[in-house]
Amino acid sequence: MSRPRALVLQAPGTNRDHDAVFALELAGADARIASLLDLADDDSPLLDAQLLVVAGGFSHADALGAGRMFALSLEHRFGDRVWAFVAAGKPVIGICNGFQTLVRAGLLPGALGHNASGGFQCEWVTLEPQQSVCVWTQDIESIDCPIAHGEGRYVHPDVAALEAAGQVALRYRRNPNGSASDIAGVCDPTGIVLGLMPHPENHVIARQHPHHVRGAGGGLGLQLFQRGVERAGAV
Amino acid sequence: MREVDRLTVRTLEPDPRSAALLDSARLLGFDDLAAIDVADVYFVAGALDEQVRSQLGDVLVDPLLQLGSWGDPSADGSDDGTVIEAALLPGVTDSVAATVIEVAATLGLTVDDAATGRRYVVRTSTGRALDESERERLATRLLSNAVIERVALGTIEPAFAHASTPAPVEHVEVRGLDDTALAALNRERGMALDPAELRVIADWFELAGRAPTDVELETLAQTWSEHCAHKTFRARVVLPDGSERPSLLARLREATERIDAPFVRSAFVGNAGIVSFWPGTTIAVKAETHNHPSAIEPFGGANTGVGGVIRDVMGAAHHPIATTDVLCFGPSDLAHEFLPPGVIHPQLVREGVVAGVADYGNKIGLPTVAGAVLYDPGYTANPLVFCGCIGVGLDVPPPAGPYPGDLVVVLGGRTGRDGLRGATFSSATMDATTGDVAGASVQIGDPITEKLLIDLLRDAGGCWSAITDCGAGGLSSAIGEMAEQTGADVDLALAPLKYPGLSPWEIWLSEAQERMVVAVPPASLPELARHARRHGVELTVLGTFTGDGVLRVRHGDVLVLELATDFLHDGRPQRSMPAELPSPRRNGAVPACPDPAAALLSLLAHPNIASKEAIIRRYDHEIRGTTVVRPLVGAGNDAPADGVVLAEPSGKVGIAIGHGVNPWYGVADPERMAHAVVDEALRNVVAVGADPAQVAIMDNFSWGDPRRPSTFGELVVTVDAICESSIAHGAPFVSGKDSLNNEYLGSDGERHSVPPTLVITAVAHVPDADLVVTPDLKAVGDELVLIGATSTEFGGSHLGAVLGGFDDPRDGTVPGPDARAPERYRRLHQAILTGRIRACHDLSEGGLAVALAEMAIGGRLGVDAPSLPHEDEVVALFAESTGRFVVELAPGDHEWLAESLGESVLVLGTVTATSVVRIGSCSVSLDAAMAAFGADGATWQPADATGGAR
Repeated sequence: MSRPRALVLQAPGTNRDHDAVFALELAGADARIASLLDLADDDSPLLDAQLLVVAGGFSHADALGAGRMFALSLEHRFGDRVWAFVAAGKPVIGICNGFQTLVRAGLLPGALGHNASGGFQCEWVTLEPQQSVCVWTQDIESIDCPIAHGEGRYVHPDVAALEAAGQVALRYRRNPNGSASDIAGVCDPTGIVLGLMPHPENHVIARQHPHHVRGAGGGLGLQLFQRGVERAGAV
Repeated sequence: MREVDRLTVRTLEPDPRSAALLDSARLLGFDDLAAIDVADVYFVAGALDEQVRSQLGDVLVDPLLQLGSWGDPSADGSDDGTVIEAALLPGVTDSVAATVIEVAATLGLTVDDAATGRRYVVRTSTGRALDESERERLATRLLSNAVIERVALGTIEPAFAHASTPAPVEHVEVRGLDDTALAALNRERGMALDPAELRVIADWFELAGRAPTDVELETLAQTWSEHCAHKTFRARVVLPDGSERPSLLARLREATERIDAPFVRSAFVGNAGIVSFWPGTTIAVKAETHNHPSAIEPFGGANTGVGGVIRDVMGAAHHPIATTDVLCFGPSDLAHEFLPPGVIHPQLVREGVVAGVADYGNKIGLPTVAGAVLYDPGYTANPLVFCGCIGVGLDVPPPAGPYPGDLVVVLGGRTGRDGLRGATFSSATMDATTGDVAGASVQIGDPITEKLLIDLLRDAGGCWSAITDCGAGGLSSAIGEMAEQTGADVDLALAPLKYPGLSPWEIWLSEAQERMVVAVPPASLPELARHARRHGVELTVLGTFTGDGVLRVRHGDVLVLELATDFLHDGRPQRSMPAELPSPRRNGAVPACPDPAAALLSLLAHPNIASKEAIIRRYDHEIRGTTVVRPLVGAGNDAPADGVVLAEPSGKVGIAIGHGVNPWYGVADPERMAHAVVDEALRNVVAVGADPAQVAIMDNFSWGDPRRPSTFGELVVTVDAICESSIAHGAPFVSGKDSLNNEYLGSDGERHSVPPTLVITAVAHVPDADLVVTPDLKAVGDELVLIGATSTEFGGSHLGAVLGGFDDPRDGTVPGPDARAPERYRRLHQAILTGRIRACHDLSEGGLAVALAEMAIGGRLGVDAPSLPHEDEVVALFAESTGRFVVELAPGDHEWLAESLGESVLVLGTVTATSVVRIGSCSVSLDAAMAAFGADGATWQPADATGGAR
């Protein structure tokens, strides 16, 4: 079976694109990186891709708020093709700044505000997969991975409705940033698009775990990419 | 008068900046403030109709998080307090404003310009109005920084950069001037040159038969500045008996040559040191200081310090993979009445510096992994910011250009008036007016532009024959250094500017950030241009490298500089500097310590030892997925690691980074400090699993004015000692930097110097990243073993600091070098490679007791250590003798360890489940230790919570 083609999307300031590529390759995909500038020249990588990652970082330096300019460029230049990608049932994931971007672009519900602590936080968290429609989190175990963000407090006017629609995909075991209802990741109504603040791409081999020296194993973020890649191969 | 609209944006939830500002206001003596509300302001120039406002507003305001209002923000009467607004000075880099313009362009809207600002509404708890002087103090000392911002008591009008008329090139007569007249010119132009140097310059132009241009004088002043030329480290050393010795730099080089380590590829030349620990890969390392800029604008100073050292690694043709930072501040709780005039409060300095380091590292996408934070009153007026960077490259011969005919190409950001005369500024002493006069010396960083440069250089390797970064001195330094062997001819009128109207000398000397200069063979230009376009990086050809050994700079038709490169680079007369060598006391004093348990808790709570978690967590140390040993480790991820380890997830090998620094030893005994600091850096990397036979070190000095013979003498003995230590350990220096004149001229008329501060950074090979070791205790019943010898060494110790023990900081004996240490470290490394060492921690500030407490905190386990290494319990617990580690072993393994090390070891006791740390008669509960240290008490339960020893 051929490896599904994954595209990692990048804007000026995206910086976890290579980490995402490493995770995708390990999960069985052929991954490549393209910037919006690249796609403006030639959009075939987007049209050919079976899985789309909007990677983490500080697109446009978070000027005007995280993900805002990236979302605006994405919407204005490639909105039709991204919506068609989702409509075709091809999986999309936005990680950290990618999550912020997809929310601002209207592909995911809610908003992401400043952390309750008021500052940037880098620490490891445990994520619990929830009963949801999300294709990325079906049948996965809990995940340990780092957060590294300053604007990750999830805000939504009606969490109960979101929950009822099966769109709450991941919760923090211990809420690091004041997110509503401990929400770490949400999906769109179809479950094809997932956005999450933490970085599962930074825990894809056991050695990356902070307690590896203390005998910990498991909790790999790789699971998430494996589900996404399986789904991409099945579309 | 142009039309300007404004949009004021508030957050719906309390703005996190407000609480931080209230805290800081208290430090400035404002005790009755109830709130400082913050809002962001966007100024948009152009004719904006309702529809344009609405479209822009939709992007600039998130209705779930924010509230935006166009027009006069006071109109709705909600601002029932003192209003203070701040905006950036025109010409200061404003990436947010640039993004507003980009938003408008994306939406197809026409706006002429944009600017940003902040609005503060200050309320007192009693409702009283702030008086004029209070408003002024709040506005200038807390809410704005005059170096980069304007402030208004009330609503501010935005300022936009506008074209000014460039000053024509000026000819400055130096011929025929006597020494007094030359000295006056030196002062007037802020050149910070020595009398002998001024004389050489005057003679050169006498011979050339013409007066220098202002561009030439500025270029010479900056090329010959202490900052760029390292005059002190290159000076002949004159000892009190009149005898002379080679320079400090020569001494350091000689040590590296003597070691002749096979892994060194390049030392002391170019932008960074280069080593190779495994086939196919080279590693570039560099550490820099950015002290003076950080003193007057902490955020921008630290921000561009990080950006600059990353560019150093890029300028060594390596791909950056991690950054480090060692920060020295005055006491955070300094009462404001003790704050010297013109000095920013240490806590605000710390806030700004940490935010600046975090901002650059996080945004550029490099893990900020290793470092240290030190506090001492000696750093109040002169904070120190040491920034380091590590990069990797392919082990191929470096490009050997530039060659005559290659093009002079600038990549990256545009040139403005940023940071003019930074090199000469950092070579001068600070005083109360420094913040006012140095305005133009501060640069503002733009990490995204530098990120794009990193990506471009990674993809476009092979397109250039030489590369360097624009640092201090800007183009003059970058092009001047590259053209040293060839000469060059460049036209400044071709340089892309942030705003028009720069004079030639301003373009040539500007320290605008995020620029690299490459020498490009004409045939390679199209390919480089293609990569640059793809990455959105601006590329400009300024001229050519010539081959005639002359540096020519034009501005359009006007020749503004014509200097022989050998004069520019080798024409400076060598200094001779007198040294008075220090006489340390080494008197064996022991601080009186009636209550060891209380002393241990005081040590754990001392700012230099206590948890740095609040700072470390603001840095992304996880990005790239390479961080294997983090700065914080253990069951609660909150105990300090010795060094950090980075390893590519796809590989087996890794790189360890460790630091050594101890200014308190430096005050008492610079020579022993130097030995101790090298040893500490080595211990820190060995403790995590690095091979001591493959360690490269960097030396960074921050000292006072070396023209004082006693200060220069401290440097002389320090350099001698680190050379001895380097040779003893077989760990060569590959790069270093000195920052001198870290002094403040107080209103008392006295000069206050920083304590002698040497930072040693060790970068080492980790042969197996799966076999790393951390200090946190792993299992109940394991034995705890001390390696190394303990002596009565308390000079500069932290026990002395917390007990206020010594009347004079030079009392006591600073820990001396242990001749057995190099052999011990090699053998310990072999023991670590067996996997039988379960935990390992180096002993440093606070000695054995602090080390064991930290290990217990890391493991959330108890310690019972009845056997002590010295008959005097105070010595056993708290002496800071070098060369020591505590290791955790499976029960009974100590005999194996002693045999492996070839020396006796001491079994201190065992790991317990009692939640008590008991060392001799000193006993504290784990809870008390954690509370003192500042560990928050939570223990993280990972997804797969099996835990325990492997």
